[in-house]
Amino acid sequence: MLDTMALHGALARQRAREQRRWRYLLIFVLLIGVSLLLDVATGPSLLPLRDVLTTLLAPGHADSMTQAIVMDMRLPIALMALVVGAALGLGGAQTQTLLDNPLASPFTLGLAAAAGFGAALALVSGGFGLSPLIAIPLGAFVCCMLAAALLFGLALLQHVSSQTIILAGIAMLFLFQSLLSLLQFLSSPDLTTQIVFWLFGSLMRTTWDTLAITAGVTALCAVLLYRDAWKLTCLRLGEARARSLGVDVTRLRLKTLLLVALMTATAISFVGIIGFIGLVAPHIARMLIGEDQRFLIPLSALCGALMLSVSSVLSKSILPGALFPIGIVTAIIGVPFFIWLILGKGRKRA
Amino acid sequence: MLELQQLSLHIGQQPLVRNLDLQLQPGQLHVLIGPNGTGKTSLLRALFGELTPQAGSIRHGGETLSRLQLARWRRRFGYMPQNIQLELDLSVLEVVVLGRLDSLGMRLSDDDILAALGALQALGIAQLADRPMYSLSGGQRQMVLFAQVLLRDPQIMLLDEPVSALDLQHQMQLMEHLHRQTRAKGWISLVVLHDLNLAAQYADQLIVLAGGELQAFGPPAEVLTPELISRLYRVPVDILHDRDGSPFIRTLRPESLPA
Repeated sequence: MLDTMALHGALARQRAREQRRWRYLLIFVLLIGVSLLLDVATGPSLLPLRDVLTTLLAPGHADSMTQAIVMDMRLPIALMALVVGAALGLGGAQTQTLLDNPLASPFTLGLAAAAGFGAALALVSGGFGLSPLIAIPLGAFVCCMLAAALLFGLALLQHVSSQTIILAGIAMLFLFQSLLSLLQFLSSPDLTTQIVFWLFGSLMRTTWDTLAITAGVTALCAVLLYRDAWKLTCLRLGEARARSLGVDVTRLRLKTLLLVALMTATAISFVGIIGFIGLVAPHIARMLIGEDQRFLIPLSALCGALMLSVSSVLSKSILPGALFPIGIVTAIIGVPFFIWLILGKGRKRA
Repeated sequence: MLELQQLSLHIGQQPLVRNLDLQLQPGQLHVLIGPNGTGKTSLLRALFGELTPQAGSIRHGGETLSRLQLARWRRRFGYMPQNIQLELDLSVLEVVVLGRLDSLGMRLSDDDILAALGALQALGIAQLADRPMYSLSGGQRQMVLFAQVLLRDPQIMLLDEPVSALDLQHQMQLMEHLHRQTRAKGWISLVVLHDLNLAAQYADQLIVLAGGELQAFGPPAEVLTPELISRLYRVPVDILHDRDGSPFIRTLRPESLPA
């Protein structure tokens, strides 16, 4: 005999769980709003916050210098931090889901190393006859997608396990790192410096055009991933169980890998290598709301966006007037925070 | 009826099952027994379309299993694989509700949630609904995964060692529920068990698989003989009968055997 009271109590608690997750999403949206504002307001020209706000709300009323600084320089960069952070956070989350491994990210799979090699190759080869603004992102993108294609081929084979894909990814990471070192070894000191700067990762190269491309690709991939939210949740139960629930695991794996590679390759091509976010943002999101991908997909994207936006603010604030490479800031600030978080999680579960 | 005709299965070059003919009837609980490594799990995987047979065919409802209509084929099945390692931060309720994957909308409806709770309640574990999966014991996980399979509302049940981590009470609860529902809903149920006494107690039909071949098929009282069990498992046994007349198997320690 069903106990109606108990059932409705459990139903109410499930709804409360979902509302709590919605609240987390809302909190992150608000935090991102604040961080975006701070990011636009921070910079070497020391514009007052009031002028920045006025310019953002009514660009026509600002003087041309302020307008140029806020609208053409700072705003696209600040927005790019959000978009790239979201792409890396979401890409990391889905790599971890796909490979059922908390250590996986597009970086541990060698995708970033491949992009780095591609960018360096474009620099060394003089841009294949193209402008460096096009050649470097193009080189990074093509190499990143080539690396992804190799993993894709592996994932196509039915009997290949997630561990094999991870091992192949790690092998590729070492291969592309070595190739990159070889290029640096063979290059002039000037070219080596350019390669190193690209590898640091920087949002400063952002234009409205690169922002639009990255945002478009990220949004499209995010929507397509979100449509598979339930299937991806099933995948967290293990491949055999996901299949038993009717998920076509091979197809889902291929589709997700393609979307992750596309999103990550686009982001890395324009801003260089910004590590760590793809690993950490999904963990933070998962700790807050669990494995339900309907919430994990948006929250890992929001978490990545917030992390990179805050890093962007910090990279401009550590030394007034100086700009630290954002990839360095992300890791230096993020690592201690992350270790504190995982130790806390261990205590909670124990 | 689920019909296997001349089915042969290989893993790599290794033949597992040879020329197996079987007919599994609706409303009947079939229990598959046999020593380790005789292809019981592989047979279940083949029925679900995860392993391609080297030869033979599998038919149900006038259709033959083929790669082309795999998604539709699998919709008929409630399949519970062996593995119960689930270190997940999802509530029990959220795991069970995934049994309705084919029809879930982006927002869980009250109906979805109540159906999942109903399945948990039917197994006497509704109190676990809010617990995260990672906090459950192996046995509790197994019950939760059985509830998930129930939610699929299948025509064919394939359960691979569904009671391996359960205590006596929950073994009985699961098997009783399965037995009742198989009758009531006309499921074709096929369960792999290692506990021969549990198999004898609940099976309508026992399927004995060993050495890649069907050794016996029929009601437990007819199939379970000391000779067959001793031959298959290489242990001496006595067969007694419980008060319902079901065979009861007891292994004999070497020192209790006549010299």
